[in-house]
Amino acid sequence: MKQGWKNLPIGCIIEKGGSSRDFKTGDWRKQKPEFIKDNCKNCLLCYINCPDGAILIEDNEMIGIDYDYCKGCGICQKVCTANAIEMKSER
Amino acid sequence: MRMKALTGNEAMAEAMRQINPDVVAAYPITPATEIVQLFSSFVADGRVDTEFVAVESEHSALSACIGASSAGGRVMTSTSSQGLALMHEMLYIAAALRLPIVICETNRSLSAPINIHCDHSDTMGSRESGWMHIFAEESQEAYDSIFQAIKIAERAYLPMIVSIDGFIISHCMQRIDMLEDKEVQDFIGEYKPHHSLLLTDKPYTIGPLSLQDYFFEHKRQEIEAMMQVAPIIEEVGKEFGEKFSRHYGLFEEYKLDDADNVIIAAGSAAGTAKVAVDEARDKGMKAGLLRIRVMRPFPYREIQKTLKNKKIISVLDRSDSMSTMGGPLFIEIRAALYDTETHPPICDYIYGLGGREMDVENILSVFEKGEIYKKKGVEKKLAFIGVRE
Repeated sequence: MKQGWKNLPIGCIIEKGGSSRDFKTGDWRKQKPEFIKDNCKNCLLCYINCPDGAILIEDNEMIGIDYDYCKGCGICQKVCTANAIEMKSER
Repeated sequence: MRMKALTGNEAMAEAMRQINPDVVAAYPITPATEIVQLFSSFVADGRVDTEFVAVESEHSALSACIGASSAGGRVMTSTSSQGLALMHEMLYIAAALRLPIVICETNRSLSAPINIHCDHSDTMGSRESGWMHIFAEESQEAYDSIFQAIKIAERAYLPMIVSIDGFIISHCMQRIDMLEDKEVQDFIGEYKPHHSLLLTDKPYTIGPLSLQDYFFEHKRQEIEAMMQVAPIIEEVGKEFGEKFSRHYGLFEEYKLDDADNVIIAAGSAAGTAKVAVDEARDKGMKAGLLRIRVMRPFPYREIQKTLKNKKIISVLDRSDSMSTMGGPLFIEIRAALYDTETHPPICDYIYGLGGREMDVENILSVFEKGEIYKKKGVEKKLAFIGVRE
């Protein structure tokens, strides 16, 4: 439920830290990166270059993309040396 | 109570010293330079505990103030003219974040052509930024108003400008009845910020994005804060009067009760106008003055009540609005009077741009014109005093 002006905290603030986590920017996306695991060499260039921290890592291995925050900029695909990321239309 | 001979700037700087703010970030500009210069020497001499941030521009000055105020500090700065214009972007941000910063301002014209002398175009240009604004007539009022501004701002969580006329007041020496440092501290009390970035166990996010779904609600809340603040200004003015015997309200009435020929002015010209009122009364005119003290929020209801039965109202505007309808004071007072049934006749005089002299004779001529307008109706809605054709 969206709050009315009488119930909002003073001064346009959010009464906690780290609130950007709640702001799912994934719906800005027009192009969607798709991870092709078989091609991946785990160089993690995509992880270093992703401006939104949307590359998911587990035990030093790339395991996929966090679509809640990925804005579809395509940087991961551009820096990938192994053709492990393919950009596809969102729709 | 101590008496001192001080210029307007010195009085403002002394007020800042007695407030002893946590942070002052400022950049000097004529004619407010001395305020910043004197205050920085108070810091250097260890007379205040303030963290003084010497910045490279007024935009940075107010930005640093916003940061310090978000951290929960009591924060002040000082500027004038182009400096206030350069702060313009940050003015809106300070107000919307509800940070009770106080600016000691000296009114000076805006370029071009470049000029360092008084008119009101600088603060009038900020009147929609969400800052409260007091026009002080002279240095004593400026000195007293700064303490009230701190208290009002911190109670309402809205920032406030207190301004004096550049050079005319800022550089004019006057007797100031000063308060004791302890009296000032007792009056302003301790500042309790609504949030503080330094309280790391209570983290919060300041300045996040607010789009179509929330921006309107945030602004509506800010507008409400401004709607509710006039009684706080009156209350604090009354409390100051009870404690220190100098009384301040939203505006000042001078021989207004039985007057039918009324002048409205803000700033130092009101002092000249009081002399003109006395002289006009000697000549048999029922002259009076309404001096605007609080420009933001604009006390339109009280003005309606006070002016509704006057026969002629002449507004003195020390800036133009470039709307071609007249100066900002005129436009707002005229709008306020729209809701009266009497619709008293009203006209505007632009005067004193760029520090052009305005004397008693000039104001007397406005009263004399008022006598004619009372009988024949207003012939000229907008006129200019003291400009060469």
